[in-house]
Amino acid sequence: MLEGLLIGLQTAFSIQNLLMVIAGCLIGTFIGMLPGLGPMSIIAIMIPVAISMGDPSAALILLAGVYYGAIFGGSTSSILLNAPGVAGTVASSFDGYPMARQGKAGKALTIAAIASFAGGTLGAVLLMIFAPALSSVALLFHSAEYFALMVVGLSAIAAFAGSGQVAKAIIMTTLGLIMATVGEGALFNLPRFTMGIMDLQSGFGFITLAMAMFALPEALFLVLKPKDLKGDDGEIKDLRVTKDEAKAIAPVIGRQSVQGFFIGVLPGAGATIASFLGYAVERNIAPKEEQEEFGKGSIKGLAAPESANNAACTGSFVPLLTLGIPGSGTTAILLGALIALNVTPGPRLMIDEPQIFWAVIMSMFIGNLVLLILNLPLIPYIAKVLAVPRNYLIPFILFFTLMGAYIGQNNATELLILVGFGVCATALKFADYPLAPLLIGFILGGMMEDNFARSMQLYDGIAFIWERPMTLGLLVIAALLVLLPSYRARRARARAAGVADGD
Amino acid sequence: MALDRWIALILLGVCLTYGYAAWFTMDGSLPPFMQRNPIWPSTFPKVLSVLGAVACVIILLGLEKSEVKEADIDYRRLGEYHLGQAISLLVLMVVYALCLRPVGFLIATSSFLILGSFILGERKWHIMLPVAFIATGAVWYLVQEVLGIYMRPLPGLFGG
Repeated sequence: MLEGLLIGLQTAFSIQNLLMVIAGCLIGTFIGMLPGLGPMSIIAIMIPVAISMGDPSAALILLAGVYYGAIFGGSTSSILLNAPGVAGTVASSFDGYPMARQGKAGKALTIAAIASFAGGTLGAVLLMIFAPALSSVALLFHSAEYFALMVVGLSAIAAFAGSGQVAKAIIMTTLGLIMATVGEGALFNLPRFTMGIMDLQSGFGFITLAMAMFALPEALFLVLKPKDLKGDDGEIKDLRVTKDEAKAIAPVIGRQSVQGFFIGVLPGAGATIASFLGYAVERNIAPKEEQEEFGKGSIKGLAAPESANNAACTGSFVPLLTLGIPGSGTTAILLGALIALNVTPGPRLMIDEPQIFWAVIMSMFIGNLVLLILNLPLIPYIAKVLAVPRNYLIPFILFFTLMGAYIGQNNATELLILVGFGVCATALKFADYPLAPLLIGFILGGMMEDNFARSMQLYDGIAFIWERPMTLGLLVIAALLVLLPSYRARRARARAAGVADGD
Repeated sequence: MALDRWIALILLGVCLTYGYAAWFTMDGSLPPFMQRNPIWPSTFPKVLSVLGAVACVIILLGLEKSEVKEADIDYRRLGEYHLGQAISLLVLMVVYALCLRPVGFLIATSSFLILGSFILGERKWHIMLPVAFIATGAVWYLVQEVLGIYMRPLPGLFGG
């Protein structure tokens, strides 16, 4: 482990990679602050840049920096404007915005920055401990278990989509898997489902799909319904936190970092669930008189979701780096980028390319530090980005979406596919279909079929399902995950709706 | 019928078409040596088509009641939002896609940015024009020189 740490330090501290972290954090903060643009859209837009850099460590460092920068930026607009830029920071606005209204915006931003920093750093420490352990277990896995594990991941994502949504999430996942079968697979060398169209021979472009699923609908929503961007234009001052306040939030940050991390590790859960759950837990265990303050500007109520969502972002890297299975839309996009760079995340990653793995972890520490140092003094200036008129903003977002798809393939047909899918995705979003499962299904589809085919060939049929206890166990878990929520929803219709979209 | 069930109906059609292709059209052309294989190119799609069709039917028949959530945008009152702007922007994107090659990157992009803000109601030409030209130039420089991806800057007429 020590050796790994040193390799990571060596890679992460090269000038280029340090610049990548800083650039990623700044870009993420700027764009994440804009309401309506989540980390998925930002990362999707950044992918062509990352891929054309050619160096996988640098690319992953840049994208990870963008990811936590976006979460941090999202909390800034939650606090200042009550307009969360990112679903994972909605819970931060519960107490952050009231604080800003009371003239304590500076303090709220400081607490958010410190809580995010602590959440991210503790998350990275936990990642350092758990990822190697998990990946040594994962090395024992057979392709049958991989197939089963992917089924578990996909059904967990469907199950966490909220009550009454499971069937919708399953449709979207299946649709993603179906789209992944279009084109020429490596396994059979036969074009499938191309309908004779040459452009579909190599399948749908992953970047095009990511842009069409996330960036384009979000931009169209901004056009359709302009969000009110009117905050208090007052100066942001008084960034200091008193000793008593620090003492009050320290245990909250500690608890929520750990809890957030483990929620982030689960597939399908993520920053959004982690932040809401963190908020709810802290409100429930707070003393009676402090409970009253939640929702009216409690510092604990702000620190809890902030540390939870950052820790969850870090946690979501665990399944990505150790199993090669993304648990959220954002990590799915990262996985796609890695595959494009000829790196296959999975248990072999730590053995074959340890510098990538450790450099990413090290860059998480650096990134969190950069966010803290850079953003605390710069917050008042960065917040000015909120004043960019939407008349300029939206054409630029659309343009970058188009450029991303174009640069990836250098093919103008791709742009038409992008617009077509973007319109479909917007319609799906209107009807409350979750879009992240589609993309995750699309990315996992190819791998899932490969592993399925490999185990079919090894066992000459589907006997591997009952002859390998671990595969059977995982598949049973997957079935339970899908069936239980619908069963419970049937029993308790009045249950409150879960929130599970958008991170 | 609510929009989500209409969409389920359409997706059911997609799944059935896909299923038809997988179950009935693919296996015939399979070379004999591949027929010995326990897995065929159509095996996985067959499973997927059944799974997708079942899930679509569940939504279509309303077997799973979903709670009505306060949606960000209510599609039933789509006319009350800036629908015209959204559609014009989509048309603009399609036009951009078709023009990018023949007209060249610089002209296509700067007109896209200018027309985009124009559609959204911006009329301050003295800001719009410089912003669009500078941004176009900067992006072209970055993509062409820094990332090294060739993009034809000028119309094909000038041999770009």
